Amino acid sequence: MPRLERRAKPSRVMMFASPLIAAVMMLITGYILFSVMGKEPIHAFGVFFIKPLTTTYGVGELFLKATPLILIGVGLAIGFRARVFNIGAEGQFVMGAIAAGGVALYFHHLEAVWILPLMMLAGIGGGMAWAAIPAFLRTRFNTNEILVTLMLVYVAQLFLGYLVQGPWRDPEGFNFPQTKMFTDSETMPLLIEGLRTNLGFVIALFLVAVAWFFSFKMFAGFRMEVSGLAPDAARYAGFSEQRNVWFALLISGGLAGFAGMVEVAGPIGQLQPVISPGYGFAAIIVAYVGRLHPIGVLLASLLLSLLYLGGETAQMDLNLPSAITGLFQGILLFYLLAADIFIHYRIKPNPHEARCTITPPPPPSGDMI
Amino acid sequence: MKLKALFVGCALSMGLVSVSQAGEPLKVGFVYVGPVGDAGWTYAHDQGRLAMDKVFGDKVKSTYVENVPEGADAERVIRQLAADGNKLIFTTSFGFMNPTLKVAKAYPNTDFEHATGYKMAKNVGIYQARSWEGAYMLGVLAGKMTKSNILGFVGSYPVPEVVRNIDAYTLGAQSVNPKIKTKVIWVSSWYDPARERQAAETMIAQGADVLAQNTDSPAVIQTAEEKGVYAFGWDSDMAKFGPKAQLTASTLNWSKYYTMEVKQVLDGTWKPASTLWGMKEGMVVLTPLNPAVPADVAELFKAKEQEIISGTLMPFGGPIVDQSGKVRVETGKEMPMDELMSLNYYVKGVEGSIPK
Repeated sequence: MPRLERRAKPSRVMMFASPLIAAVMMLITGYILFSVMGKEPIHAFGVFFIKPLTTTYGVGELFLKATPLILIGVGLAIGFRARVFNIGAEGQFVMGAIAAGGVALYFHHLEAVWILPLMMLAGIGGGMAWAAIPAFLRTRFNTNEILVTLMLVYVAQLFLGYLVQGPWRDPEGFNFPQTKMFTDSETMPLLIEGLRTNLGFVIALFLVAVAWFFSFKMFAGFRMEVSGLAPDAARYAGFSEQRNVWFALLISGGLAGFAGMVEVAGPIGQLQPVISPGYGFAAIIVAYVGRLHPIGVLLASLLLSLLYLGGETAQMDLNLPSAITGLFQGILLFYLLAADIFIHYRIKPNPHEARCTITPPPPPSGDMI
Repeated sequence: MKLKALFVGCALSMGLVSVSQAGEPLKVGFVYVGPVGDAGWTYAHDQGRLAMDKVFGDKVKSTYVENVPEGADAERVIRQLAADGNKLIFTTSFGFMNPTLKVAKAYPNTDFEHATGYKMAKNVGIYQARSWEGAYMLGVLAGKMTKSNILGFVGSYPVPEVVRNIDAYTLGAQSVNPKIKTKVIWVSSWYDPARERQAAETMIAQGADVLAQNTDSPAVIQTAEEKGVYAFGWDSDMAKFGPKAQLTASTLNWSKYYTMEVKQVLDGTWKPASTLWGMKEGMVVLTPLNPAVPADVAELFKAKEQEIISGTLMPFGGPIVDQSGKVRVETGKEMPMDELMSLNYYVKGVEGSIPK
């Protein structure tokens, strides 16, 4: 039987090939799955992966759905590279939406061009403020940011529920838990007439470029990467861990908050008890599938969005259950994790010949991926 | 709305479709907030769809999309169904209200039916069940069967619909047992079996021995079965999840309504309407009682059921007193419909306050 042998250094080829292998394996498994369920696989693939994109509206919806994932994913990737694990982007998303919604409701009677930019700032600020809590607790009391960020998700969701059921409830809404609809000057401008894709998508693309520049061209990005890869070396070089934690959480929190603003000032158009179908958590998957690289995050966001859209058309055209979306996501992640093994290991063909020379692999270094 | 470009494109493709579709089945779409296997709300709607399918055979082709979040995604799903040529689309959750109206504007030749909302348009009708009649009847049984005089209620979101059912449940119980108290726990979800279970366990630990819920899963009844207390099926018959625990179930039967609406579209007589059906029309149906219910209680229950059907018993007939002791509806009067539709206070006997 072939055995795994640790590579001398991680394989760069595998690092980028692994998501592609996973995607191909997902398609092969999907092919078998569709056949077993008695669906013509090629037709099913057409419905799942092609049909959503056959109309301009469909492409617009793909970009719309991907926008929050890109925004959050890019921020999380920066933090994850520095080994700061913000799991609570969902909560920062909600707080950003609340802050932006607050501005919209406060200036509801006004029609002014500065309201929308102010809402954007409020969204970023709301997300940052929420992420500042775990940052403070981590740097001051060494609290685990994974737990704190996660638990603050529920606090944020309950706070939103309180607002839309209480003080911010639409007085003309028959007591239903939702705010007034935002006015035109409080809504993200649409890119093309007839599509729901809005300015947020363009900003997200721009931020992908900024994140790339930051991570790979700026010293601050390098400093964060070193802190992630080799914390001891970073300390020796005098890089402040505290600054690192603060920076990672504020960036990822601010971007998640901005995503929340884009969502409520975009397709939703008001605050309601539930504003996210779990973007903050899906973005964690996006960040890792995208190899914590901004361009990768962009591609992974589009792929994940396509899985959502495809799941909807598969229900309509093939009478498949909605679980099909989760199934494909799960298959993709499963193969990704499996293929990732080969970044650090390779298959050793003849274990018997080399039996005597096998040594236990050295302990894993600080590599993230 | 900036929908002109899309509108032209859609009108074009729809025109082509409808020309070639003479004699082809009417396509009917359903949008569900939960999974069809939730055993509650969505399950009941899907049973209605299947029954409607049976009536019309190959004259109708129905499609559903399940687990649609009440956010930005709903609009796309509804629009996609309309673009696919569905001529009648049922959207079955409150949160689909604004998306339904938006899509309806872009597809004036498609008819829409939105459940539990309040906004209508020239191609959007609304429908809802008088589920509070069922809740009142569950309360009657609960009031008679409780030993601790503490009832439990697992709520989803404090929207008027749910507050109304909590009040009706409590009023029904008080009509046979004035000492009753109702505890409420909100789980902030329509469908979250784990939280529903936790809420049920908490209330049982606090002494509640008859539970009801306005959530969509059978978790409450399963918990009641394990802990040996009573509970009720909601939206669908949940006896198989708790054969000992379920005293009765207040089920929703949408089949008659869906059949009627589809027939109207087929006949070309469909008009937007606001429909509110209850026990009398057969939309709210109580299942046979658990054998554990004593004969005299069963008799009382049947009598009250008949009174509601015949209209002599109004669940929200006065006197209705709120938690502060203020009389909200005088004796001999009935709560006006608009107040009932936007109800946002607990009646006396419900503990705690509505989350605000």
